[in-house]
Parts: sequence; C-alpha cells; structure tokens
Amino acid sequence: MSLSAKDVEKVARLARLRLNETDIEQYAAQLSQILDYAAILEAVETEGVEPMVHAIELANVWREDEILTSLPRQQALQNSPAQDGKHFVVPQILDAS
Amino acid sequence: MSYDVIIGLEVHVQLQTQTKVFCGCSTAFNPQAPNTQTCPTCLGLPGALPVLNKKAFELAVQTAMGLNCEIPLFTKWDRKQYFYPDLPKGYQISQYDLPFSRNGHLDIPPATDGDTPIRVRILRAHLEEDAGKNLHDESGRGAGSMIDLNRAGTPLVEIVTEPDLRNAMSARRFLEELRLLLVYLGVSDCNMQEGSLRCDANVNLHVHGPDGTKIPTPIVEVKNLNSFRFTEQAIEFEVARQWEQYQKTGQTIHDAPKVTRGFDPDRGMTYALREKEEAADYRYFPDPDLVPVTVTEEQLSLWRSRLVESPASRRERFRQEYGLSLYDAQVILDQGVLFADYFEQVASQTKDGKQAANWLTQEVQRVLNDRRWTLTEFPFPAPALGHLLSLVSTKKITGKSAKDVFNLLVEGDEPEVVTSETIDATIAERGLALVEDTGAIDMAIADVIGRNPKAVQDFRSGKQAAAGALIGQVMKAVKGADPQSVRERLLKQLEG
Repeated sequence: MSLSAKDVEKVARLARLRLNETDIEQYAAQLSQILDYAAILEAVETEGVEPMVHAIELANVWREDEILTSLPRQQALQNSPAQDGKHFVVPQILDAS
Repeated sequence: MSYDVIIGLEVHVQLQTQTKVFCGCSTAFNPQAPNTQTCPTCLGLPGALPVLNKKAFELAVQTAMGLNCEIPLFTKWDRKQYFYPDLPKGYQISQYDLPFSRNGHLDIPPATDGDTPIRVRILRAHLEEDAGKNLHDESGRGAGSMIDLNRAGTPLVEIVTEPDLRNAMSARRFLEELRLLLVYLGVSDCNMQEGSLRCDANVNLHVHGPDGTKIPTPIVEVKNLNSFRFTEQAIEFEVARQWEQYQKTGQTIHDAPKVTRGFDPDRGMTYALREKEEAADYRYFPDPDLVPVTVTEEQLSLWRSRLVESPASRRERFRQEYGLSLYDAQVILDQGVLFADYFEQVASQTKDGKQAANWLTQEVQRVLNDRRWTLTEFPFPAPALGHLLSLVSTKKITGKSAKDVFNLLVEGDEPEVVTSETIDATIAERGLALVEDTGAIDMAIADVIGRNPKAVQDFRSGKQAAAGALIGQVMKAVKGADPQSVRERLLKQLEG
C-alpha cells in the first residue's frame, strides 16, 4: 500500500505537525512500509472469529465514587508553558462571536 | 412553496456523582477556585491511568432506562481525538460504535387535555468525559485565554435524538420533559446556570418541491445552547434564516456541507462559527487504557426494578386515578418528586384528588414560598393534611375553618410537627366543629326570624341580600354551624 503526499499532509495536519517537502516524501515511504508490514495480518483467516476489543481479557474494572485528594493548584500548573497563578494561560482563543 | 422543519437534538447532561468519571477528583461546581480539582489523570499527565467510576455508569444506565433505551450487555470506550485548549489529553474518552444504550424514546406530553403526546425517538445515549472551561479575557487586551480544568473529566451523558422534532416549541417542550425526567430519576441536578445541561440543535428544512418531492436544505448545528428559551429562539431564527437563504441560493443538502453556528442571546441571532476547511476527522479508536464493561440481564432487571416512576407515568396516573386536569398534574409534577409523593399520600387518603391538588397548589405552596421552606422542613406531614381535608369533605368543619387551622398550625418560627391530634385539639379549642344538630339550628333560625321582622320583610319583598344578615346572626348563635346548611334551612323557613 502506498500513501500519497496528500495523505501524509492530512495526517500531519490532524496531528499538528509541520512538515516540509522532504519530510513528506520520507514519511510517505516509511509510513507505507509500516502499513505493508501490518498488512501481513490480512492473510490470516478470520472467518468466524469474534473481533477483539481489547488486548487484555478483562472487563469491569471500577472505582467507587469516593473523593481523593486533588493536586495542589501550584503543582497542577507547574509544567504549564504559561500560567497566571490560577489558570493555565493559552494563546487567545478566537471565536467568531 | 412551503416546507417542513426538521430538528434533532444532542443533549449533554452532567451526572450527579461526587467524583469525576475516570478519577477521584471532586465534581463540585467551583469557579471561585479554578484548577484545584485536578490530578494526573484528568490533567492527562503521562503514565496516569483512568479507572471507571461505578456510580457514573449506574446513573448513566438509569438515564438510558428512563429514556426507554435498549442496554446492550457489552460496551467499550473510545478516544475521540481533537485539539482544543480545554482538552488536556488531546482526546476525549467517549463511546463510538458500541455505546452503552440505544434505540429509546421520550414522549412530549400533550399541551392541553385531549391532545396526544408526540414521540421523539432516541438514537443513542453514551457516557463520556466533560472538557474544561475556557475563560476569555474580557478586558480585550488580548493577553490570552485562561483555562480552568476543574470540570475536565466530569461524567456526561450525551443523548442524541432522531430528527423527529418539527418546530422550535416542541424542541423546548421536549427539553422540559427530559429535564423533569432526569430530575425525577435523580441522575442530574440539571442546573442550567452551572452548565449541567447543554444542548446542540441540528436544524434544516424539507422544502416541498412543485412535483411533490421534498428538498432538504443544508444541515446547521447550533452549538452550546444553555437555556431552553435560547434553544427555542435559536431554532426559530434558524428556520427563518434558512428559508430566506434557500430562496436566495437554492442550495440543498447536496451542495453545501453541514455547518456549525453559535447563538447570541442578546441579539437573538445565530452567527457563523469559523469553518474548518475539511470535515471533522476525530480518528476514533478503542481506548487501550480502559477495559470494556459487561452487564448481565439480572443486573439490568435489578436496576430496572429500582427505577423511580417516570413523570410521564405519574402524569397519566394523576389524571386517571385522581381526576386531575393536565394543568394541575403538571403544576404538581413540576414541584419535584417529594411534592408529587406528598400529593399522592394526601389524595389517596382523602380520595379527593381535586381537593388535594387545590390545597397543594394554593395553601401549601403559598406557605412553602412565604417561609422559604422545603417540603422536608414543612411542619405539616401528608397524613395530617389528609386528616384535615377529610374533615372538610365529611362536613365536620368548613373549608374556611380548615384554612384557619392550617395557617394557625404553621405559624411561628419553628412550629411543631402537626398531627391529627393537634388538628382535632385546635378545632375543639376554637369551637370550629360544625354543629350537626339540625334541631338547634332550626330553633336558632326561628328565633332570629322572630327578632328581625324588618329584614324578613325586606327579603320577602325581593331583597335577597337581607338573608345574609340573618345567616350571620344564626351562625353567631350556633357556633360551628355549616353556613351552607344554615342558608338552606333559613331560606326554607322564610319561604315556607
């Protein structure tokens, strides 16, 4: 399977990655190889096999509705690129309103 | 040319849990202390793992059961990927192809007696996590936007209807009925100010073509409507705008993609939101951090058996069993589960639903409002009110006396809890019991007639009003006589 430059551009845009022409060409080739490798699985006969939803055969892992201690605000904010002591600060969100 | 309006709603409801859906942070509404209810999980820090809140799942299932949905025995979690500042992980944990419920319905109640309900099908309801809140700098200096992640991870049920609504008013009435149901089920507080219930409306027109065909216009999604009135206004505006647009451009659903618009309540108008150059691509995939949930038929029937009666069923029962009008039934239902329970206790005791409804919607509500009491603080338990009303219907006291007793017993800062005994004692103390001794009443009437020849003559010459004064004198003489019966007996003697 061969990915086009357009496919790569779309995936990059969705992942907010900025790629140049060379990157795109390189990734198109590499990602195509990865897809080809995964395509080996298509040879497996899956007729009558239930789709697998999860790699672990486990269900119903719960927690009770009990409050646990939250992080102190300073710790919650500490890795943020920008903050005002109370909030995470991000570049102005532009709504059309 | 004419058209049909086609409306479908997506409603987001915050569930009433103590903690978030995948971590132990509090869900309390706390805008005064931003970013104090977060942890590595809801901040999306590397290595943190979500674990499902059992209570959130149970409330979600109850919600779906109230909406008459099918509950599959297997459900799983998916990641919906998009970038927005209020979404710390870069994806929202949601449900895609195997939601925990589907195929239900909710009926919009009839607007007046004699009308029929309107069925709105529910496509699905799924459980997901809420995002954080963006706060915009109002100063306009453009310093940036501030993010509060206290809300991030609050459990949300998203309820998606089929496009079964045909006008803005039905959409509002559907939301009102949904809200009533959710409050009765106790799954959400539905506080609109705090954003516990939010709605997106999908609106388009089916224009009737000249050859009888229907031409669908492009679908518009109006996002983030946080009041029922705004929802109604936004839809009304959209219908007018889309009709005008269609006449101008002739664009159909095939010519233009679905667009999203916002609603400006101040101007009563919708406005275009910034268009993405391509259709949203959320790249859903199963969340490897969360295992699926399975339920058994036994568990489902247990939950179903614990479900409270729906407002729709109660409304119908109040009309059938207690003879209430749709209006009276609705007034009582709107006051909440406790009030409706109270009504039923009184009405089943007195066997007179109309009387109970009148008392509850007038006397009881007036006192609750004046005193700012909740029903749990109200000192008049249902059995006591039932006793008082029974005394009226069996003509032991007058309606007027009953009101006097009622008002007397709820007076004071902290009145004692009223019982049948305190009611009886108050009636005895005040001499309010109706005298049933007709002999005594007749004697008093004869006496009053004898002493008031002028009034008697006035009455006989056609002055009906003269009887009033005579009745008054009889009532004075025989304390506790039923004025209605005194009137009848007096007129009989005067005319006889």
